[in-house]
Amino acid sequence: MKKLLSLILMLCCACSGLVFTAYAEADKEGQTLASSTGVTINVYNWGEYISDGTDDTLDVNEEFTRRTGIKVNYTTFATNEELFAKLSIGGSDYDVIIPSDYMIAKLIRNNMLEKLNFDNIPNFSLIDEKFRNPQYDPENAYSVPYTWGTVGIFYNKNLVDISEEEIGWDILWDPKYAGQILMFDNSRDAFGISQVRLGQNFNTTEPADWYAAADDLMKQKPLVQSYVMDQIFNKMGNNEAALAPYYAGDAAIILEDNEDVGFVIPKEGTNLFVDALCIPKGSKHKAEAEAYINFMCDVEIATANIEYIGYSTPETAVRENLDPEIAENPIFYPSEEILANTQVFTDLPDDINLLLDDLWVQVKTGGSDDTILLVVVLVGFALLYVGVLVYKKTKDRREQRAARKK
Amino acid sequence: MKSKTAAIPYVIWMLIFIVVPMALVVFFSFTDRSGQFTLENIANVGKYSTVFLRSIWLGALATAICLLLGYPLAYIISRAAGGRQSVMIMLVMLPMWMNFLLRTYAWMTLLENNGLINKALGLIGLGPFELINTQGAVVLGMVYNFLPFMILPIYSVMTKIDTRIIEAAQDLGANGRKVFSKVILPLSVPGIITGITMVFVPAVSTFIISKMLGGGANLLIGDLIDMQFLGNSYNPNLGSAISLVLMVLIMICMGIMNQFDDGENTGGMMI
Repeated sequence: MKKLLSLILMLCCACSGLVFTAYAEADKEGQTLASSTGVTINVYNWGEYISDGTDDTLDVNEEFTRRTGIKVNYTTFATNEELFAKLSIGGSDYDVIIPSDYMIAKLIRNNMLEKLNFDNIPNFSLIDEKFRNPQYDPENAYSVPYTWGTVGIFYNKNLVDISEEEIGWDILWDPKYAGQILMFDNSRDAFGISQVRLGQNFNTTEPADWYAAADDLMKQKPLVQSYVMDQIFNKMGNNEAALAPYYAGDAAIILEDNEDVGFVIPKEGTNLFVDALCIPKGSKHKAEAEAYINFMCDVEIATANIEYIGYSTPETAVRENLDPEIAENPIFYPSEEILANTQVFTDLPDDINLLLDDLWVQVKTGGSDDTILLVVVLVGFALLYVGVLVYKKTKDRREQRAARKK
Repeated sequence: MKSKTAAIPYVIWMLIFIVVPMALVVFFSFTDRSGQFTLENIANVGKYSTVFLRSIWLGALATAICLLLGYPLAYIISRAAGGRQSVMIMLVMLPMWMNFLLRTYAWMTLLENNGLINKALGLIGLGPFELINTQGAVVLGMVYNFLPFMILPIYSVMTKIDTRIIEAAQDLGANGRKVFSKVILPLSVPGIITGITMVFVPAVSTFIISKMLGGGANLLIGDLIDMQFLGNSYNPNLGSAISLVLMVLIMICMGIMNQFDDGENTGGMMI
């Protein structure tokens, strides 16, 4: 009897517990779930560039929907140029995009961005002074900085025998490391390195400067193992290469993957890049998009994003929230002295962009070609075609004649 | 009459998705950014002659290797017993179930200086050999990825060859070599032509294989076209012009190929 009673009691306890937790959950949801507004905004961002809820991180887009009732349709792109191609073809209706500095300037020039209403973005006040009114958006009318970073050199400590302080951009031209050097497969970043070596401005509109930089890159080509982008994660991780210039924000992953790899930002100067939130022309939900931008600048949300992405934050309040190991790490937050020596990419005129692409192909193929060659090949093939046709005709005729004779 | 009405949806489909895009490519090739007529794009294509030559050369090489590897295999499969035939065909198809990118990526880890092949060779005291980032690696990638496109059409033509014809040849005193050169080979020409077309065309215009296995410096036409659309300057006009010249080149090549196909055989596929 006693046993039965205790069993019943236990069951009751368990049930009440269930009821309780069920209540609590309903309460929690009721409190935080904003009623749906029926609006969906389209957000177009880089791949792996937002805290998405994996590994117990905060799902930022879901959180936004919970707070505001606005749904988020989130898609990603791989390069700024892909974004530009998508936007210029038209037919897409993005509400928030996150391009880099020079692409923002290009979009502004082509009248493809909407001016922001900063009354809807009070969190803009959290952005550090030095990231406001940047060169690519001088009046800061179109963009709100999201992340920033620098370019430096990843090196394998076992394969490179000089100390970190001595490593400069020149090491990428050192014949000692022939066949062990990886290089950007991206014209702007690759030329940037030569431009630092030659003491040029990144945004020079002087064709002679670009020709000189291309010459410099051609000298480097015989030493280069391959031109790659994200493949460097794999190649540096497997000790496949000794040296590779890349973005500081990826240091967290690469250095963790292979402890023999180090990262250094050369003292001669480097590129500082900024990715910023913008609204493209033709957005149908501009106010909601501004709410999203404001939300992304929120200290709690931005901290979650920065912890996930690994790039640097333009908000001091966020930096203070981070693990001191990252917040005080000179890889992610270099000294003022190094930062003073950085340049930011901005938009180039069309003719320089065309020249740049042309020179980049020349760098990779090793020089300019003769048109004659292609013409000769085309004519050669055409002649061959005619030759075969004529041969077949005469053969047919001969066979017919032979048949008739029989 | 009825078959004509049934064809209408296909005709509309072809108009929208084949004729119109082709017309757009031609239009872009002969205009500049502001839409004015110009021949500059076509003239500029000449600057990339080496890239064209390299693409054609590597594509032709890959096609030849595919033919050398694929023809005997197709013959063997077509002469195998029924049950085994379908298993073998499935094995040929099996790699194609995996994503193209993934397969190429796998070759990257195999061919690297610290990759599996060089590590294995290192154990017996050889190497390391420079395998990746070479033209050879690009050809290997092409052969690996496009080999099934060579085997399948040859196989399907060969299974249709009537065994009685072969027996007749044997009865009339032809030895093995003669049966092959006078009966089997001529009858399988349509399959060979289709196979060559289906390997050569994608091999010439591929871009991801050269990017992943060629180290980025062995540029092919595909890479060049990719750069015009997703590169720094966004230049669809030059990109279209390059595509147009490539199309003309491929059309001439296929025209030559089709001349070797005797008109009576209908098993082959036209371009």
